[in-house]
Amino acid sequence: MSKRIVYREWLIQPERYWGLLAMLAAVIAIGGAAALYMEHEGHWVTGMTNSVVWGLPHVFAVFLIVAASGALNVASIGTVFNQPAYKPLARLSGLLAAALLVGGLLVLVLDLGRPDRLLVAMTTYNFSSIFAWNIFLYTGFLAITIGYLWTMAERKGNHLQRPVGTFAFLWRLALTTGTGSIFGFLVGRSAYDTAVLAPMFVVMSFAYGLAAYMLVLMTSFEWDGRPIGGKILKRLKNLLGLFVGAVLYFTLIYHLTNLYGAKNTDFESFLLIEGGIYTLMFWGGWVLVGGLLPLGIIYHPRLSQDRNWIAAACALVIVGGLAAMYVIIIGSQAFPLEMFPGKTVLSFGAPGDVGGAVAPYTPSLPELLLGIGGVAVAMLIVSVGIRVLQFMPESLSDKEIDGLAEPV
Amino acid sequence: MSREVDRELNPQRRRFLGAAAGAVAGGAGGVGAAAIGALTAASPERADAAPRTEPVSDRHRWGMFVDTAKCADGCTACVDACDQENGLNLQAKPLGDDKAKWQNQRAVWIRKVKLQDKTSGHVTNLPLMCQHCEHPPCVDVCPTGASFKRADGIVMVDRHTCIGCRYCMMACPYKARSFIHEEVDQKLTRAPRGMGCVESCNLCAHRLDNGQTSTACADACAAEGHHAIVFGDLKDPNSPVRQAMAKQPSRQIREDLELNTGVRYAGV
Ligand code: SF4
Ligand code: SF4
Repeated sequence: MSKRIVYREWLIQPERYWGLLAMLAAVIAIGGAAALYMEHEGHWVTGMTNSVVWGLPHVFAVFLIVAASGALNVASIGTVFNQPAYKPLARLSGLLAAALLVGGLLVLVLDLGRPDRLLVAMTTYNFSSIFAWNIFLYTGFLAITIGYLWTMAERKGNHLQRPVGTFAFLWRLALTTGTGSIFGFLVGRSAYDTAVLAPMFVVMSFAYGLAAYMLVLMTSFEWDGRPIGGKILKRLKNLLGLFVGAVLYFTLIYHLTNLYGAKNTDFESFLLIEGGIYTLMFWGGWVLVGGLLPLGIIYHPRLSQDRNWIAAACALVIVGGLAAMYVIIIGSQAFPLEMFPGKTVLSFGAPGDVGGAVAPYTPSLPELLLGIGGVAVAMLIVSVGIRVLQFMPESLSDKEIDGLAEPV
Repeated sequence: MSREVDRELNPQRRRFLGAAAGAVAGGAGGVGAAAIGALTAASPERADAAPRTEPVSDRHRWGMFVDTAKCADGCTACVDACDQENGLNLQAKPLGDDKAKWQNQRAVWIRKVKLQDKTSGHVTNLPLMCQHCEHPPCVDVCPTGASFKRADGIVMVDRHTCIGCRYCMMACPYKARSFIHEEVDQKLTRAPRGMGCVESCNLCAHRLDNGQTSTACADACAAEGHHAIVFGDLKDPNSPVRQAMAKQPSRQIREDLELNTGVRYAGV
């Protein structure tokens, strides 16, 4: 038997804890008010149009959902891939995964034209729709994650940890593939016309989920003075580097396949060269901020030793991830549907109606507030969870980790 | 390249999904249930029309043929007629909305498109509306089944089950669908409309259900003397639409997607 891990509730001072909760609640309230406003007025108050039908809320929602499945990876590495050093990290990983998913789904639902018909969506299914399947994948993921947490926390369930963990791991892969497929099924749009999209979403989820996990772990440990040793941090950091590198690699493959399939070169030149804000978001956000900079930090001999820099790298990965989602979701809608090859569209409907030209989209404040509200919901769930239940190990010091790794 | 692969994949994907749907709905019951669903869903649309004597059947497949050579530059008779027929002219820009943005937010069922050939410089005009695909991507993706295809080939949205997710708009390759972005004060009984739902051309289903056999746009075009739009039953070799199609070659827009559209064009 290896060493027993001791878990403890989050023990920061009540003032600090309640202050945090109050702040998160305020952000959530503002996001909720924004959603109510959009719902009451209609979507005309947003930047969305009949050309760009999914706006900023989808950027946040998809990011959160993708990150959710990635956040569970840390637990999978511990149980499924049998890395004892990751075992103490598993509970928080499950909690964060569930929290991010709830936050993302909430944003998705509140951005519907008729959120009041959620019951219709839950009871009437069209089984040829990947969207409908995703409803099962998401609710299933929540249920499995909760079950998984139980096997970790309850001694009676301990022996089930491995099978449940494996099942959760497979489910999360399906979930990310399912999320990626939402776009893969859009046959008419050049941007999604590639098989690379699904695996790209999977590696993105690895990177974003881990970055979010590391930030939460480092912050919560820091706040109540629990030690994190250099060893575990180094492992996490190196893993993040690997995932971020993989995202860049798949990004390259994605563009190469688009360029190779001669039909999509127009979209590529839009994205890579002349797409204005989307080009900027791609190179500046997706590649530089979300990829090269964090890699530079992670593999820098000195910076990589500094916790603040590691945390900064995580934050950069998250910002870059949001930019990537913006490019993937909004850039591809702004780019005109190519209906008439070899022809220039001189006019498309009444003046102002957009077709054959890049569609304008300016995100509105309520959309942004709704998105941020979703993030706050996830953070609130985590904060309350770790406060009332034993999700976090008492220590992740090098000594502790060494003790776990020792075979008996 | 990837598109070639996709073309291979599409029918397979469809078959797989179809099988999955059948399996879940309980084997053979699936298909029947879907058909019944389509019928019951269609019934609210019939409220003000003299009811059909029999249910919608697949004996017909309604469709259109557009001769772009006859479609006149600057003429908007079809668009105006559709606006009148389906109450689209009743939409009002919400107070405070940006004028340009509103142009792209208001519902449009049919639009005049003007194209110029990149090499020859030849200019073509054509009306573009929902193409009433036989394999409609909008129906495939709709999570609730609100976007559905009637037995007679008309693709439409059941306003009572649409949750406004706009996935169908993402899926449609023709920008045929519109989301209702604003509160609706005025609407016609034959064309119900509500904030937060999606809609698109339904080939004037209320007219067909009332025994008429033409659409507002086709009638208006003929009244102007252009006769660029011919409507009719694609399954009946003697129908005007089939007669017109027999006379000259026509094609589907985005033929590569193999959606088998119900609207065909000559001269593009
Ligand atoms: S044209 Fe668009 S809205 Fe019409 S059936 Fe095809 S996919 Fe659906
Ligand atoms: S917007 Fe309505 S019709 Fe379109 S996919 Fe969503 S639920 Fe179906």
